[in-house]
Amino acid sequence: MIATVILISMHVIGLAMLLALYRLLRGPGVTDRILALDTLNINAIALLILDGMYLKSEIYFEAALVIAMLGFVGTVVLSKYVLRRDIVE
Amino acid sequence: MSLFTEIILSALLLVASFFALVGSIGLVKLSDFFKRLHAPTKATTMGVGSILVVSVFYHALVGNTFHPREILISVFLVITAPISAHMMAKAALSLRLKKRPQCPTDETPDPNEDDASQPQPDSDL
Repeated sequence: MIATVILISMHVIGLAMLLALYRLLRGPGVTDRILALDTLNINAIALLILDGMYLKSEIYFEAALVIAMLGFVGTVVLSKYVLRRDIVE
Repeated sequence: MSLFTEIILSALLLVASFFALVGSIGLVKLSDFFKRLHAPTKATTMGVGSILVVSVFYHALVGNTFHPREILISVFLVITAPISAHMMAKAALSLRLKKRPQCPTDETPDPNEDDASQPQPDSDL
């Protein structure tokens, strides 16, 4: 039963990623695009964890951790660039 | 894995993916950027955190190896989501403040200068 639920959850997360992709392509401002990229990062972590559960493997944990850290750094750097037009202070 | 734990984990997984979907729907449907900022930074973070908790118990019950290290991603997301939301709000606020119209400049001259520059009609009497 839980394998079916994992598949359903993967489809729902995929739908959420498509909605975030719509905001990324459409978004009126540059900060909307940054927010959409952040949401895509978090949803990609969820999808990787669900994939690891579906395949019963634990090697996806490190990839999810790396995506979490790089996604946070990317969001902060993009916001800093919009704020100051300068990353290295 | 018994049926009871399977039902609990399935329900938690469905709730988690529902919250992630709610975050993305809020990202698309809300009207202003500062309203849109609320949905993904709160709902999606909770959804991904619940999925990670399910993953810990699923791997503990299926693979018989209890690794609570996946809580690490959840804790990291909970710590970093408000920081990134704060940075994005600051960036959007600076863009909006740049677009704000300037205050109207003071065209009327100073009343003291006005008195000084006016010709005094009673001066030559």
